[in-house]
Amino acid sequence: MSNELVTENKVIVFQLKDEEFAVSVQQVGGIERMVTITRVPNTADFVKGVINLRGVVTPIIDLRTRLGIEESPYNESTRIIIVNLEEMEVGLIVDAANDVMDIPSTVIEPAPEVIGAVNADYIDGVAKLDNRLLILLDLKKVLTNEEIGELKMVEGQ
Amino acid sequence: MDTSQYLDVFIDESNEHIEVLYQKLLELEKNPGEKAIIEEIFRAAHTLKGMSATMGFSDLATLTHTLENVFDAIRYDKVQVQSSMIDLLVDTVDSLNAMVEDIASGGKGSLNITEIAKQLEAIEKGTMPVQSDGLTNDNVQKETISNVFTQLDEFELSILNESHERGFHNYEVTVQLREDCLLKGARVFMVFEVLEQLGEVIKSVPSVNDLEEENFESTFSIILVSKNEETEIEEKIKKVSEIDSVVVNAFSVNQYRESMAQQEVASGILEIVETNTEENKSKSNTVDHDSIKGAHQKTIRVNIEKLDILMNLFEELIIDRGRLEQISSDLRNNDLQETVERMARVSSDLQNIILTMRMVPIDHVFSRFPRMVRKLARDLHKNIDLEIIGADTELDRTVIDEIGDPIVHLLRNAVDHGIETKEERIKNGKPEKGTITLKAYHSGNHVFIEITDDGAGINKDKVLKKAIGNGLLTEREAETLPEQKIYELILESGFSTADKISDISGRGVGLDVVKNTIESLGGNISINSSLGNGSVFSIQLPLTLTIISVLLVELNQEKYAIPLSSIIETAIISKDQILSAHHKRVIDFRGKVVPLIDLKEIFNCPNTNEDESYTSIVIVKKGDKLAALVVDSFIGQQEVVLKSLGSYLSNTFAISGATILGDGQVALIVDSNAIIK
Repeated sequence: MSNELVTENKVIVFQLKDEEFAVSVQQVGGIERMVTITRVPNTADFVKGVINLRGVVTPIIDLRTRLGIEESPYNESTRIIIVNLEEMEVGLIVDAANDVMDIPSTVIEPAPEVIGAVNADYIDGVAKLDNRLLILLDLKKVLTNEEIGELKMVEGQ
Repeated sequence: MDTSQYLDVFIDESNEHIEVLYQKLLELEKNPGEKAIIEEIFRAAHTLKGMSATMGFSDLATLTHTLENVFDAIRYDKVQVQSSMIDLLVDTVDSLNAMVEDIASGGKGSLNITEIAKQLEAIEKGTMPVQSDGLTNDNVQKETISNVFTQLDEFELSILNESHERGFHNYEVTVQLREDCLLKGARVFMVFEVLEQLGEVIKSVPSVNDLEEENFESTFSIILVSKNEETEIEEKIKKVSEIDSVVVNAFSVNQYRESMAQQEVASGILEIVETNTEENKSKSNTVDHDSIKGAHQKTIRVNIEKLDILMNLFEELIIDRGRLEQISSDLRNNDLQETVERMARVSSDLQNIILTMRMVPIDHVFSRFPRMVRKLARDLHKNIDLEIIGADTELDRTVIDEIGDPIVHLLRNAVDHGIETKEERIKNGKPEKGTITLKAYHSGNHVFIEITDDGAGINKDKVLKKAIGNGLLTEREAETLPEQKIYELILESGFSTADKISDISGRGVGLDVVKNTIESLGGNISINSSLGNGSVFSIQLPLTLTIISVLLVELNQEKYAIPLSSIIETAIISKDQILSAHHKRVIDFRGKVVPLIDLKEIFNCPNTNEDESYTSIVIVKKGDKLAALVVDSFIGQQEVVLKSLGSYLSNTFAISGATILGDGQVALIVDSNAIIK
């Protein structure tokens, strides 16, 4: 970018397998420990179900499954990151919530063509900080309903 | 006095009283001799007068005062109620309403009331030739007759009357404190405490406020309603120290009235409220609310969002309650268990209150219709009766707020187009008076509102002709259209069958708005009609955001809720009762072949107990179709709050929503309509 103005983005950093991801704090409503999830039948496989989040029924997505990373059993460090996007409130299951940090916009680079196992579609950009590589998630793409609709149609015959 | 902080309360209460006035006036028109109605109108006018005088709205106070005088005259049979009077009285209340609205929008509530006041006075004077002007009649305070209570107002008298009828005794208690009494206020307080155990203090002279501030010599009097004997009251009061003497006398309302009537003419009694202190007034107000049946409920306004938050917080509490219950049953500590049980009881009461708090009787909407219909009918020279059934049906506040306008449209439509003119009705051999029935009732997950008129009905051919003329459909389409659909054409935009366009309705806007509003609320509207006999407009509204009764069932440890409204019954059948038809499993349910649907298959639960000899089934219906849903076991019936799954999962097959159970877990609500094809 030609614009020299350095803006900082505050992000929540979380872990999936051996990669670190980030979403903007503005989109995060909270970080919860694992609770019992009620399965919702006839939904996409990455939709784990719903939880009672202080009286609000909130859908939960397993981000590993959603991004095509192999599943792993939940453990003590597993967290649910509650994100808000437009009208939606959805919980994302992640391996661990690591950090809150500021990323200067200068270090953000556009998504490379291929990055590991992750489908590049969901990537807003990549931030390189010291020795860490943070993948900025495009929540809109992650939560796109169209794809869920398609999956539902396939599943429900 | 700065009264601005009371303004909201004043406006709210004034509106309530005006509502009562309207309602009672219409009732009075039907039963002109009914004393209870007259009393109620009198009370409402009286309170309104007191309030507006306190707030400094003089025009409002003057007009209510005049209105009050008229009803005072009616009350004492000095004036007979005639229907011509009702019109004027309704106009008066209209003016009051206009004034209150003006106040609400920041005005002074002033209005030119001389004309209407003059007419009212004419009514009042008309049959009372001896009586001078009721307004300027301010008699000098009369000397005490047999007791000190010369200033009993209507509230107090009616309470005394009623208590007398219920077998209480009315006493006039005069207490003399010792001259050297130091803490008069404290003694008074102790006496009052004693009295309140014995019965209810209706009034005191000097006022409670003055007594508390020790603004009195050494004697004070009280009117007490009690079941106890005179001597007993005397004994008990005397137990308070520093009291010189106590005199208890029976107090008779009739005697009081008689002696008053001799001195006070027409309005004398009514001047009192202004002179009394505010405390006294509010006190009599509260007594009034407690003891007089049919009195209006006090309300406050709460932001609905706060109620939502309250509900969510409460559910959090319920989760912790569940944990506590678990812990206490593990620990087996008796005290702990008892406390937790108590807490469970209290919290379930609390839950009920919170859940019902959002519900409002539909009366809030309906109550304004009688006078609207009356006025419309008068403008159109028709004679119409509006009958309201089920005004206590409760609906979610959000729905209540939206449903008013559509019903107004439909009622206007019924008055204008539905009911014929008097002449036409007589010609057709119908009673001159038309009837519109407004009926609300719950059925399953829905509230139904029906507007029925016994008017002309809808002319199918005319509707079709018009629809074709307006290009809404082709002639070929018209031939195959079912009857119901033809009627529903009148809900399309740009449609009006009235030949003449009138002020009330018939501009072709309106009914399509009705349809849109109702559909936006997730409801629907249907029309039925019979030419010459009238029409029925039926509105069906969902009870979204409200409480529904469900049957909780279990499928492999997962809990699902089936709305009771769709359940016909539950049963346990043995394996040999399951038959097979066209490779589908069916059962014979009371002579009907009902398909068997395994919920576990639909919800993709792993099926573990295939070979049980008995199967639990839930028979559900959709319209007249039935299906038997196979479940693992029944848990029980429960009232739950319907919640949405959120927009992310809005279109899940066979799931209509979710609810949070007492233990904090989410249970999904089965949409049996989607399962039955």
